[in-house]
Parts: sequence; structure tokens; C-alpha cells
Amino acid sequence: MEMFMEYFWAFVIGGAFCLVGQLLIDLTKLTPARILVAYVVAGVVLGGCGVYEPIVEFAGAGATVPLTGFGYALAEGVKKAVAEDGLLGAFTGGFTAGAAGLTAAVVFGIIVALCFKRGDKTS
Amino acid sequence: MKMTTAEYDRLTKKASPNTKLYLTLPKAFVIGGLICCLGQALFNLYSYWGLNEMNARSVTSITLIFFSAFLTGFGLYDKIAKHGGAGTLVPITGFANSVVAPALEFKTEGFVLGTAAKIFIIAGPVIVYGIAASVIYGIILYLFQLM
Repeated sequence: MEMFMEYFWAFVIGGAFCLVGQLLIDLTKLTPARILVAYVVAGVVLGGCGVYEPIVEFAGAGATVPLTGFGYALAEGVKKAVAEDGLLGAFTGGFTAGAAGLTAAVVFGIIVALCFKRGDKTS
Repeated sequence: MKMTTAEYDRLTKKASPNTKLYLTLPKAFVIGGLICCLGQALFNLYSYWGLNEMNARSVTSITLIFFSAFLTGFGLYDKIAKHGGAGTLVPITGFANSVVAPALEFKTEGFVLGTAAKIFIIAGPVIVYGIAASVIYGIILYLFQLM
């Protein structure tokens, strides 16, 4: 049962983040790129204020998979780095925390560009 | 033809198809929720394999990015995104798609000035402002530590 609730809340909270994004797409003129920027910056701000951590504890992947979770990871990385290295940490923490995701996106991007043909845009 | 911004707005509103909120919202919710459930399943699997919380989260992100990259390569991510809307944009898979799609798309302009230059065309702003915000947060934290 506990297992079920974990997936239930991941589904509901993760879905809710996407619902807000869909409202922004449908009701405003924000482009997808701007929405992604807004989500990451919102994640950093909410993570910094300590608001996001309880959501992560409650919803797990429902909070870490949406792009706000990437922003939260950046904030957490900076927090840890500043505690260890002082001001230098403000400059190293973000990329350290984002390294896995960014590197994966670049590497798989290159592999896909090498191995696949450009999709047919007519369909 | 001269027209004011307000007139132009009215024209574009008339020309663009009506978005049906009762369709787009539930679809975004369900597809986004399912992607997060997949993330939760991966996270549980990696935790079960003995990774600590931070590493399990990182490897989950890498796996989701991997799935998204190859679905993008096969042209399937776009097909899901047609229904998913923000449900496929907001999760980390959408971020991966925004990196992989231009990398593939601009391959025709060469691997340096096409793929490599255009790879961050959408993700670039996300990284720039995400990192900028995190540095500001770090400096604020540092100042508070001094006090």
C-alpha cells in the first residue's frame, strides 16, 4: 500500500506541474523555451527558500523529474558547495549538481545525431 | 496594410485554432504524471541496487534522458508530444528532447556549426538562467554565513 501511495503522489504532483505548464501554453503567449527557463529558475528560487525540499520528500520523482527539480538540484548543489568551499562554491555548485543531466543530454544528443537520419517532417 | 497591435492580436486569435482546455489539460496531467511514475520506478530500482539518494536521482535523470534521446531519434517523442503538450515538455525528458532534436535537425549544416552550435538553442537559455540564479543564491548564502 505504501508503495502504491508513493507512485500515486509522484503521478499527482508530477502531473500537477505539467498541468500548470499546459495552462501557461494555452492561456499565455509564453513559448516552450520560456516556460522551461521559468521552471528552472522557479526551482532554484523555491529550492533556495526551502519550499521545494518538503515537496520532494512528499512526492519523490513527482518533484524531481519536472524541470523545477533540475533547478532544485542546482540550488542544493550550490548550498553544499558553499558550505564546503565558501564563495568558490557559489561558482562550482550549480554545474557540479547539473553535470550528470547536462552531460547525458549532450552525449546522447551527439550519438543520436550521428546514428539517426533527420525525421520526415511531413507526417 | 497598416494595423495596430490590438488589431493584429485579434486577427491572430481568429486565425489560430481554438485550444480545447478540457482535452489539453487532462492529457498533459496524465502523460506528465506517467513520466514521473517511470522516474519513481527507476529511482526505486537504483536505490534497491544500493545507490545513495543523490546518485539514484542522477542516474534516474540520465536514464530518462537516454529514453527521450532515442525516442527523439526515432521520431516518436514528437508524436507523444503532440498529445502530451506540457506533459512531455516540463519533465526532464522534454529538456532532453530540446537538446537532441536540434542536434539531429541541424546535422545538415555540419557537425560543428550545425549539430554542436545548435544543440543548446533551447537548452542554452535554460542553463544560462538556471546557473545565474544558482550563483545569486550561492552569494546570498555566503553573505549570510559571514554575518
